[in-house]
Amino acid sequence: MVSPGALDQFYALFEAWGIPWIVPRLSIMLGVVSIIIGFISVAAMFLIWWERKISAHIQARFGPMRVGGWHGWAQSIADGIKLLLKEDIIPKNADRPIFILAPMVVFASALAAYVVIPFGPGLIVQDLNIGILYIIAISSLAVVGIIMAGWSSNNKYAALGALRSAAQAVSYEVPLVISLLGPILLVGSLSMTKIVEAQQYLWFIVVQPLAFLTYFTCAVAETNRLPFDIPEAESELVAGFHVEYSGMRFAIFFLAEYANMFVVCAIATTVFLGGWQGPFLPGWVWFLIKTFFLLFVMIWLRWTLTRVRVDQLMHVAWKVLLPLAFLNLGVTGLATLFL
Amino acid sequence: MTTVNLQLEQIKERTAESMEEMWVNMGPQHPSTHGVLRLLLKLDGEVIRECIPYLGYMHRCHEKIGENRAYVQIIPYTDRLDYLASMYNNWAYCLACERLMGIPVPERAEYLRVIIGELQRIASHLIWLGTFGLDLGNFTIFMWCFREREMVLDLFEAVSGQRLNYSFMRIGGLALDVPEGWLADVKAFLEWFKPRLPEYDRLSTDQIIWQKRIQGVGILKPEDAISYACSGPVLRGSGFHWDLRRDDPYSIYDRFDFDIPVGESGDVWDRFWVRRREMEESVKIVEQALKEIPPGPVLSPVAKKLRAPVGDIYSRVETPRGELGFYIVADGSERPYRYKVRAPTFVNLSALPVMLPGYFIADCVAVLGSIDIVLGEVDR
Repeated sequence: MVSPGALDQFYALFEAWGIPWIVPRLSIMLGVVSIIIGFISVAAMFLIWWERKISAHIQARFGPMRVGGWHGWAQSIADGIKLLLKEDIIPKNADRPIFILAPMVVFASALAAYVVIPFGPGLIVQDLNIGILYIIAISSLAVVGIIMAGWSSNNKYAALGALRSAAQAVSYEVPLVISLLGPILLVGSLSMTKIVEAQQYLWFIVVQPLAFLTYFTCAVAETNRLPFDIPEAESELVAGFHVEYSGMRFAIFFLAEYANMFVVCAIATTVFLGGWQGPFLPGWVWFLIKTFFLLFVMIWLRWTLTRVRVDQLMHVAWKVLLPLAFLNLGVTGLATLFL
Repeated sequence: MTTVNLQLEQIKERTAESMEEMWVNMGPQHPSTHGVLRLLLKLDGEVIRECIPYLGYMHRCHEKIGENRAYVQIIPYTDRLDYLASMYNNWAYCLACERLMGIPVPERAEYLRVIIGELQRIASHLIWLGTFGLDLGNFTIFMWCFREREMVLDLFEAVSGQRLNYSFMRIGGLALDVPEGWLADVKAFLEWFKPRLPEYDRLSTDQIIWQKRIQGVGILKPEDAISYACSGPVLRGSGFHWDLRRDDPYSIYDRFDFDIPVGESGDVWDRFWVRRREMEESVKIVEQALKEIPPGPVLSPVAKKLRAPVGDIYSRVETPRGELGFYIVADGSERPYRYKVRAPTFVNLSALPVMLPGYFIADCVAVLGSIDIVLGEVDR
């Protein structure tokens, strides 16, 4: 975002005034974090409203139409305020510290992933040289939070939902990572910026269509959305791991879910759809257009497909997606070796 | 073996059992039991080993109340039996009384009954398809089906003033003739409805996930279907060509040309596919009836106080859910001496314990949905 030299000058300025070195660094970190949180909140609230509108139009309804005037654009804001003002209920028999900590863990993992997403040329918080590895590692942390939530609620349905969720996330992570390896082999770098720059002339979706398909399927499953929303199947499990949560804690889970959706689609955009690259418009606009197109596809799938069964879910992960991902990896590896 | 040892053995046995299998309650407040049905499931992990349905949460003494009401007064109570097909319940009861008392029904009333009855079948199957989709996790088909069902309800509201509990049929005909232009509205509805069926297919039948979810699940063998006295789409799904509209014709069904869809293996898919095709057949019947409907009165002159001659009658019709029978014993007074309802979903539901074992919990929802129960009728 800012060149390192400018940052050093900024720090030197503070040192000249005799302010301890930690203050400018902390204030910059806080600033960046609040920008990310602000972006996540706005994006998630927009997504929630958008999903409600799309689902409504798919189902021959209107969706929210009142709050805020134009097509109910302020509905999510009103919902957020309502959830904030609600009573904070913690079940009597719940494991209090873990119950309180769980939504934070889930949200923190979603939050941390945004650090390495390249929104545009230079528009990246920290261009880590292990960017994509970092994202994969950090987003796996959410499973810990989900198990914490399910276990500490002291509720059968929540525990069952959490275990299903964990089983699903762990199973789908394997083909997800392996399908990402194909493009990484082509680029030869784990840095998100490098991956985008490598696609200047040809998007990787053209070279790696199979990887894109397996990645996207896994991404839908990772975010627990239909047709893979078994952890929260309301006709079987009522609501899954967050059944005992209400008010702001529930809102944080909700926010994290949509933040995660954005992350997986942003990764898909970065790795397969050329990231910020595109003609005429500024880079970040292109990035958002592509990401929101993928998000639309996810929403579209959710409102037209049927839920799969647990055994079918595992079958798809281990017997279909994983071999396909390996096939893709093998072919890509051979191609990079001999071509 | 000493007593203590014996007890230890027993305790070991019990713990071993409880470690492997557990009893889980499903309902009566579960979102997928379609009302206040309680299922006791014995689970081995996610697999169902045994199922015991518990009924009676909505028992209303329907039959006993019937014995204390005059024949005409029972009609509104029949609305509450299968509240998704009230018109058909009215019809079934009125038909039983007409047969018992030998009351003729005017030609126009017969045609209107068939039109209304088949529209009711469409509406009932639509609500079934929608909630079945909901059970499988497909929310959109639910909204789409309700959109068309709403139109049928509007048509019924136009004739009876009610949207759910119509009480529109009378012993000897109908309460009123239909309003002017209503038949044209029905025709317009059919024109709108016919292209909708392929649209539902795109959300359900054509989807591979939908197929994989319900094919080969919840198989009801033909011999079981017969020994449990199943009827309606549940029986036809198991491969029996049995439809009272054709095999024990009542009203004027013998004048219409329609097919009876049957399944092959008796799984959830077959029951689904039978109902889905029945909607097409209903459309066919209504179209034929609309062409032939004559003018005339809709209610034959009947006495204010109806007395049935001494005797009894069992009269049955094919409702959207199966064979609905009314057994009435008359003692010559204004009230039935004994009044008994043979509810199709009650009988079909009793076959659930043979359909479930060996399948997953997620299948339980689908199998239950495929029976298409209405608790108002199961419990009466």
